[in-house]
Amino acid sequence: MKGDHHVILRVVAKVLIPIIALYGFYVHFHGEYSPGGGFQAGVILAVTVILYSLIFGIAPAMRAITPGFARFIAGLGFIIYVGVGIWALAMGGNFLDYDALFREPPGGHNGQQVGIIVIEIGVLFAVAGSMVSIFYAFAGRVSEIRDEDW
Amino acid sequence: MIEFISSLVPADIAAHAPALLVVAPMLLAPIAAFMPNGRLAWILSILATGMSLVMAMVLLTQVRSVDGGGVLSYAMGGWAPDAGIEFRIDSLNAMVLLLVSTIGFLAAIFSWPSVVAEVRDAKRAMFYAAYLVCFTGLCGVASTGDAFNLFVFLEISSIATYVLVALGATRDRRALPAAANYLLMGTIGASFFVVGVGFLYAATGTLNMAELAVRLQEMQGNKAVLAGYAFIFVGLGIKAAMFPLHQWLPNAYAYSPSFVTMFLAATATKVAIYALVRFLFTVFGLEFAFEGSTLIWILMPMGIAAMIACSFQAVFQTDVRRTLAYSSVAQVGYMLLGISIGTTLGVSAGMFHLVNHALIKGTLFMALAGIVLSYQGTTLNDLKGLGRSAPWTMTAFAIGAVSLIGVPLTAGFQSKFALVNALFEHGWWWAVAVVMFSSLLAVVYMGRILEAVFFRAPSNPNKRRKEAPLLILIPLWILAIANIWVGVQGGFVAGLAEDAAGSLFIGDVS
Repeated sequence: MKGDHHVILRVVAKVLIPIIALYGFYVHFHGEYSPGGGFQAGVILAVTVILYSLIFGIAPAMRAITPGFARFIAGLGFIIYVGVGIWALAMGGNFLDYDALFREPPGGHNGQQVGIIVIEIGVLFAVAGSMVSIFYAFAGRVSEIRDEDW
Repeated sequence: MIEFISSLVPADIAAHAPALLVVAPMLLAPIAAFMPNGRLAWILSILATGMSLVMAMVLLTQVRSVDGGGVLSYAMGGWAPDAGIEFRIDSLNAMVLLLVSTIGFLAAIFSWPSVVAEVRDAKRAMFYAAYLVCFTGLCGVASTGDAFNLFVFLEISSIATYVLVALGATRDRRALPAAANYLLMGTIGASFFVVGVGFLYAATGTLNMAELAVRLQEMQGNKAVLAGYAFIFVGLGIKAAMFPLHQWLPNAYAYSPSFVTMFLAATATKVAIYALVRFLFTVFGLEFAFEGSTLIWILMPMGIAAMIACSFQAVFQTDVRRTLAYSSVAQVGYMLLGISIGTTLGVSAGMFHLVNHALIKGTLFMALAGIVLSYQGTTLNDLKGLGRSAPWTMTAFAIGAVSLIGVPLTAGFQSKFALVNALFEHGWWWAVAVVMFSSLLAVVYMGRILEAVFFRAPSNPNKRRKEAPLLILIPLWILAIANIWVGVQGGFVAGLAEDAAGSLFIGDVS
């Protein structure tokens, strides 16, 4: 493409975006042992979409991750989170009581492990979906008054 | 009736009522957002608020089954309180929860015709999701026993509220600046609150309110605690529309969708006042040296200023919704005056007025929502002659209006009487005169509206105007009859308020 001043930007972004996404998942799954977790990972994953749309335009980004899909992910994360709480309730524990998830005898910690991981996946979905939705809402806004009319 | 409904709930579920009350709308909110059309979302919102209402009844029964008011403690996630988040329900919580869920349920039922008229088709499912999130937040504030958790729920409800207010833009573009203004003020209030909680945490090392209360007793005169107190007081004051921090309220109420106005007027400021009372009397307690002077030198003068100034402002409004909004700030003044007395009698009168005012404003704004449906405007001019063409709607409106004024045999009279009683008992006879004067102003501003509605000819006879649909009339009349029921036989609500105030002063001077 002649006259394209952004060729370096595009190439570098194309290389970086998958790495950023990978790093997002690293932060997510390593959250048990080091700083990180669903919230931070969700933000990093959303950043990949935002970076993509900054470089390649909002329209291709919206084709790849549609606004409806972003909203769906956000809602789904919320449902996963509350769902774990209800699961614990159904197994006879208090709301969000991970120990009750598998009705383990005292000393068993599978429930705690599974519970927090599922919850964090819910957080990941909710945060990533919300971040992208908010970005789309601002970036995709069509101005109601045309610039010439001012 | 409440006992009967609660007895139908299985014991397994009743044991988790504090969590389920908040979880039901929380779970159904995202599901409502996925609904393909608004009608399904509407049904879900009725379902969610209805479940919360039943749970609130269960909680009330459980609290009242203990003599003198029991305290239910629910450990979230099985983590024992102090370390974990505790949901703590005493008589005061149970009263506020019952109020919020009742209003939320009735509001959800009546909302459909109003939402169809004022919110675009594509946004209705999301609108109901936002409503349920707002409802979740308010219920959460009224049930949590953890200071930081209270902040989170307060923000959950507030952020949803900003969205709901802004959706009034379909009807009136001024909703957008109103929502932006509310967002700024509300965020400042929330920030102040969280800074205050931070100070308390730094000083005491706990966020649990019951534990805070214990540890704060030994920290008289600690500068961090004093700063925390001031921040929390101002932060919740903004949320509760305490004069002169009420500037966000009139516009937010006047331009949001009618259904949202009705719901907010009856619940949002009430829950903030609950939080204020909870911090003033449970967390800090009356023996906290700074507090007595706050009550006398800040809360009482501000309450009285609101009663006078905002009643005057209400008199000079041409838009009925703005009149009612200013009147709301004035009524908050009554509640603050009651609270500032600092006796069980005074706080109980304030709480009694809180419930009654929710019933009153619920009735008035619901009737207005019915009018907006068939007739777009809500200025005084638009309301002329409506008494003849929409008698059922306007009679309910009139009941709400006389109740607001405080005519005997209505809810407003009962709580004002309780307030006057408490003032006399405390020796603030001059404040009684202020209450009377403010009530006279209410006669003026509500009288203007009633006169236009019932005794004037319609300003434009060609315009079509009709009765509100049955879906609005039924909840409207439930609220209107509740006003009269409380007025004639105020024992139930007054008893709730007394228990609520009583639960605040356990082991305390009264």
